[in-house]
Amino acid sequence: MVLSGAEIVIRCLQEEKVEYVFGYPGGSVLFIYDALFNQDQVRHVLVRHEQAAVHAADGFARATSKVGVALVTSGPGATNAVTGIATAYCDSIPMVIISGQVPTAAIGQDAFQEVDTVGITRPCVKHNYLVKDVRDIASTIRKAFHLARTGRPGPVLVDIPKDVSMQKCEFEYPAEVAMRSYNPVLKGHQGQIRKALQLLLEARRPMIYTGGGVVLSDAAEALTKLARALGFPITNTLMGLGGYPASDRQYLGMPGMHGTYEANMAMHYCDVLLAVGARFDDRVIGNPAHFAEEPRKIIHVDIDPSSISKRVKVDVPIVGDVNEVLHQFLQQLDASPARPEPDALAAWWKQIEEWRRRDCMKYKHSDEIIKPQFVIQKLWEVTGGDAIVTSDVGQHQMWAAQYYRFDQPRRWLNSGGLGTMGVGLPYAMGAQFAHPGKPVACVTGEASIQMCIQELSTCKQFRLPIKICNLNNRYLGMVRQWQELFHGGRYSESYMDSLPDFARLAEAYGHVGLRVEKPGDVEGALREAFGRKDDLVFLDFQVDQTENVYPMVQGGKGLTDMILSSEDL
Amino acid sequence: MRHVISLLIENESGALSRVSGLFSARGYNIESLTVAPTEDESMSRMTIVTTGSDDIIEQITKQLNKLVEVIKVVDISESAHIERELMLVKVRATGKDREEMKRMTEIFRARIIDVTDASYVIELTGNQAKLDAFIGAIGPELILETVRSGICGIGRGDRVLKL
Ligand SMILES: Cc1ncc(C[n+]2csc(CCOP(=O)(O)OP(=O)(O)O)c2C)c(N)n1
Repeated sequence: MVLSGAEIVIRCLQEEKVEYVFGYPGGSVLFIYDALFNQDQVRHVLVRHEQAAVHAADGFARATSKVGVALVTSGPGATNAVTGIATAYCDSIPMVIISGQVPTAAIGQDAFQEVDTVGITRPCVKHNYLVKDVRDIASTIRKAFHLARTGRPGPVLVDIPKDVSMQKCEFEYPAEVAMRSYNPVLKGHQGQIRKALQLLLEARRPMIYTGGGVVLSDAAEALTKLARALGFPITNTLMGLGGYPASDRQYLGMPGMHGTYEANMAMHYCDVLLAVGARFDDRVIGNPAHFAEEPRKIIHVDIDPSSISKRVKVDVPIVGDVNEVLHQFLQQLDASPARPEPDALAAWWKQIEEWRRRDCMKYKHSDEIIKPQFVIQKLWEVTGGDAIVTSDVGQHQMWAAQYYRFDQPRRWLNSGGLGTMGVGLPYAMGAQFAHPGKPVACVTGEASIQMCIQELSTCKQFRLPIKICNLNNRYLGMVRQWQELFHGGRYSESYMDSLPDFARLAEAYGHVGLRVEKPGDVEGALREAFGRKDDLVFLDFQVDQTENVYPMVQGGKGLTDMILSSEDL
Repeated sequence: MRHVISLLIENESGALSRVSGLFSARGYNIESLTVAPTEDESMSRMTIVTTGSDDIIEQITKQLNKLVEVIKVVDISESAHIERELMLVKVRATGKDREEMKRMTEIFRARIIDVTDASYVIELTGNQAKLDAFIGAIGPELILETVRSGICGIGRGDRVLKL
């Protein structure tokens, strides 16, 4: 069948079973939008800013494990998309971004709305392509989807010049992708796994530390089985929350800069550490030299060899897909009569329970002023722990991660790697499209929400009943916290004057807005909001301006060097 | 430590910038980089001379392998190998220097490939040290211009970098 390049693009998306494309039209993608108009299999979500298109597609991918798809025009459309692409790249989210480009003859002529999109995005994509021939569109898009979802996932950009989208050729979607330069290893090395298992079974102070890789490879079930079979303590990073049920006894909470006392102490003082789909990020282990001071054997399972022995030296590297490798672990464990030494494990747990008794998550409740932690606790109660929670970046993000207990994967959507303010609302949009009937809460701050607030309009158009929980402290809270602790309390440009009345702003967009000022009203407001099944409700909680996120490990310090509360200062 | 990394990469536009971009983005050194298509036109072979600790070299090879278009990577300096570089030198050649330049060319097994009444262009291949020695032997006052290709490397014996 002879089709235009634009029609081929849409046919490819249909072949990939893409349900939603998040995008924004413009000159160089007009033919593609025309092809979109003539069908109803692939639905298009018109956002209000290209950054939000990419974030929403990214949120859709995080909530489902499908490939998120965004469509933008050349020049400013592409540059607006860059923040979204970099955000997805840093968290290894599978995405395909299609961008329009000026006609091939105009490339390099400083044409209207021309930028070198492939050049600009090169460092923040898994791979990208400029398609110069209409006959290459189908095979390129096929490869793009393949690259995005296999190996270590990531965003792939396909740049299509306007004339290429107009030219015609015979369409055939390739059934297979064969790339001699790209063959990710999926199965782990059995010998290495045997070695690892032996280390684990002989350990006296074992610890499991898992990250986003567990969520990305849909390995929560296998991980939970393995952790339970071994009876070891376990911690999930900010990107890995929900990989193991947070309400389980074996779970020690999140590690790292704002991790729990018990998780950080156990990470530091264990004698064998099993790291799965995690990358020893600076926000997780603090100062690597300090971390290396305590002798321990490290086993590291990761799909990406370059993540292994990058920041800490690993004793048993295992390259492979996390889910595959965990199943291999389970099979070998099943086949072996050996089990962990119960006395050693009991002694280790005794030590951990002692650490746990420090109760590092406690905070002073108030009847006068709303504590942000309290809002998250109530959010958890009111939603029965079953909402999809997105967040922006700042203190509210840490409180959401700390106080909402995620028992399942893909319920917690946030920008962990790049730390992009503005993702919260678009992530909630993507999640709500993916799960129309499910409660979706966006935990945000009054600064972050304003970075993509225009999307309230998109939410109206598509009737997305998101619940926005704005922890409004009238400060760039996380910045204020650092200024208080490390810059002598000089609050340089971290106070936000002239804030809008968010409840009325939400109403202006056609939504419901509620302003909540008293701790006694928090639960009622949340119940009302979640009771309104069809409405987007913007809850503007006026929270304590001076509250800080604890525990805290200062940047560059060792993991055990924690400030547990303001009394430690 | 100095390392010579050879790699095969798809002969696509932009492939070179992916490699050079990787080095600049991650702060790795490039002493020299050469690239040209192989006998199979669909592939290019690159030789990169770099320096770094063992940890950094390990990361460099892993990061290179991670690039989607990179087919194979080897650190050929890990075992016996040959390095060659081509240099063209334009020298002043007048009066008694004309004979002297010819003598030097012979000693270094170089060739004079362009002659005018005032200058020669001398072609020389060898490893880095030999090329450096030639420049040292001629002396800066007679050198008008030099151009070096950067290093090409290949493993000795039956070690083969092929698809
Ligand atoms: C796009 C972007 N710009 C700047 C920052 C730096 N930054 C991190 S947290 C933060 C303050 C966020 O304030 P708010 O959204 O009100 O959340 P709070 O910390 O008060 O909960 C800033 C400015 C960032 N992460 N992202």
